[in-house]
Amino acid sequence: MAELTYREAVARAIAQEMERDPSVYFLGEDVAAAGGVFKTTEGLLERFGPERVRDTPISEQAIIGAAMGAAMNGLRPIAELMFSDFFAVCWDIVANQIAKARYMTNGQVELPIVIRTASGGGLRFGAQHSQSVETWMMGIPGLKVVVPSTPSDMIGLFAAAVRDPDPVIVVEPKVLYASKGEVPDGEIVDRLGVARTVREGGDVTICALGAMVPKALEAAGRLADDGVAADVVDVRSLVPLDVRTITDSVERTGHLVTVEENPRLCGWGAEIASIVADEAFYALDGPIVRVTTPHLPLPSADVLEDAAIPSVDRIIDGVRRSLA
Amino acid sequence: MVEEMVDTAQGADLDTRLSIYRMMQEGRMFEERARDLFLEGLVKGTSHLGIGQEAIAAGFAASLDPDDLVFCTYRGHVHTLLRGAPMAALMAELLGRATGICGGKGGSMHLTDVAHGAMGSYAIVGAHMPIAAGAAWAAQTRGTGQVTVCFFGDGTTNIGTFHEALNLAAVWKLPVVFVCENNLYMEYTAIGDVTAVEHPAADRAAAYGLESILIDGNDADAVHAVAVRTVAQARDGEGPSLVEAVTYRHGGHSRADPGKYRPAEEVEEWLSRDPIPMYRERLLAAGAEEAALNDIDRDVLEAVDRATQEAREAPFPDPETLENELWADGGSAWRN
Repeated sequence: MAELTYREAVARAIAQEMERDPSVYFLGEDVAAAGGVFKTTEGLLERFGPERVRDTPISEQAIIGAAMGAAMNGLRPIAELMFSDFFAVCWDIVANQIAKARYMTNGQVELPIVIRTASGGGLRFGAQHSQSVETWMMGIPGLKVVVPSTPSDMIGLFAAAVRDPDPVIVVEPKVLYASKGEVPDGEIVDRLGVARTVREGGDVTICALGAMVPKALEAAGRLADDGVAADVVDVRSLVPLDVRTITDSVERTGHLVTVEENPRLCGWGAEIASIVADEAFYALDGPIVRVTTPHLPLPSADVLEDAAIPSVDRIIDGVRRSLA
Repeated sequence: MVEEMVDTAQGADLDTRLSIYRMMQEGRMFEERARDLFLEGLVKGTSHLGIGQEAIAAGFAASLDPDDLVFCTYRGHVHTLLRGAPMAALMAELLGRATGICGGKGGSMHLTDVAHGAMGSYAIVGAHMPIAAGAAWAAQTRGTGQVTVCFFGDGTTNIGTFHEALNLAAVWKLPVVFVCENNLYMEYTAIGDVTAVEHPAADRAAAYGLESILIDGNDADAVHAVAVRTVAQARDGEGPSLVEAVTYRHGGHSRADPGKYRPAEEVEEWLSRDPIPMYRERLLAAGAEEAALNDIDRDVLEAVDRATQEAREAPFPDPETLENELWADGGSAWRN
């Protein structure tokens, strides 16, 4: 067991998979010589060489397109999109090509691709470098999406993504890169599609994702001081979605609050709310409450960005509304 | 325009040229039949025919090895067929049958036969350019010796992926040949009206440090010669090429388009330069037996008839297959 930052966990995750499988290649902007703009890929070039760790031009369509073509011809590429906002630059390749190729060809094309990306707000980067875009991918059949919230999960979910035969997008909340966590020694491999209950309590279910997980935990701690026991579920995997863990929790608590960093409309929590309303309706003892960023681009100034992204206070308010 | 083009005809042997002739006829007769079936209401949706452009697909097909990879566009029936995809399965795909090459999930714009190196027909203009580069990257790093050929239209030269893919292929010296089938129109608009240079691909080759290659795309010998040269260059580790082959589609952009925006005299001139009769005359002059050419014509027509019959008689897909093959486990589950 060692304490690692999330940032260090990224490099360890990539190294673990490249070490294991010589068909794993890694490409992206500034990932090799510079070690990544967030310093998440330091040491990989030295360890695996310039053939397998490739700097690319600023050509997101070429990066993701090349990853797709390489996967069609025997590699297991890992592509980095420096900021998740850049999915908009290469969305055709992601949404029209990678997501659909297997289905359109009736299974002829297998695409073991991982796209990893630094996502979300909290670092004052403004509207074009702060978005939580995981719900974009969630809306496209053919893409799997995971959002690790701890260093250990970063390695385990990433390994599962690399070993999965389908395209998986690994969304890394960049505000968490400096966060630390205990990481077991040796190889770590997790499974896609499994949520984790990170705190148990019988009064309310709080579903959170990515950078919202530590906030939800903090909120649960404060609620406990007031005698409210919250079940906190780290959703971890949007596709496949672990519905059972969530509905099981709601069956016990009777209350559901989702905490989403994405803007309001069509966030992942809306899908979960819909499923719970359908499948656990009679367990509900109060309204389902979604705590999200307002339906706005994220502003840059500290005060404004902090007002936009769900805070611990807003989560507590949401829980109280659900329990009222 | 033709006189500006480099004469690259090297004179392949007669057997190769006869096989190129056969391939052009396969493409032509297959697509004429597809058109008839569309008019009969059996091919649904849309279809984009390459009638008139067959010399490019055939000239390149004759230069490739079995392991090589081809990427093409929604105007990709002929490229897929000439890569070796079974004709009946292609026809069945157009007719939405269970025996279709994609089980009825692809349709006219997405014909794919990975087993034969036909790596897909891409219906978003330009998308396949970087994908082809990626396939070539894998060939390069794995040392497979494969060459990737990526066919695209003149309209693609104005979309961003063209630039991104060519730059990456040139920087990484990838074994890929990009082939622009310049049929003078991007959909309904003359390419010259919307492009800053006269030759949309060839004039831009210098931007990537590549040779400017402009050929008569209706001259199957010229296409084959340049294919042999550029494919060999890629295979030898000498990097990518960008070929502009000027041609003309005899019909409109798609089934919805009668192509009325094209001047009658222009259409007439290009119809008189139909690559198949031109090639037939050249082969006769080169000593081919007329009977041999007639045999090819008859064989191909019979093959198209058989494929059509087989496709017509094939069952429609079982609705149970709707939810198959989204994921590698064969299913489409997104939750537990």
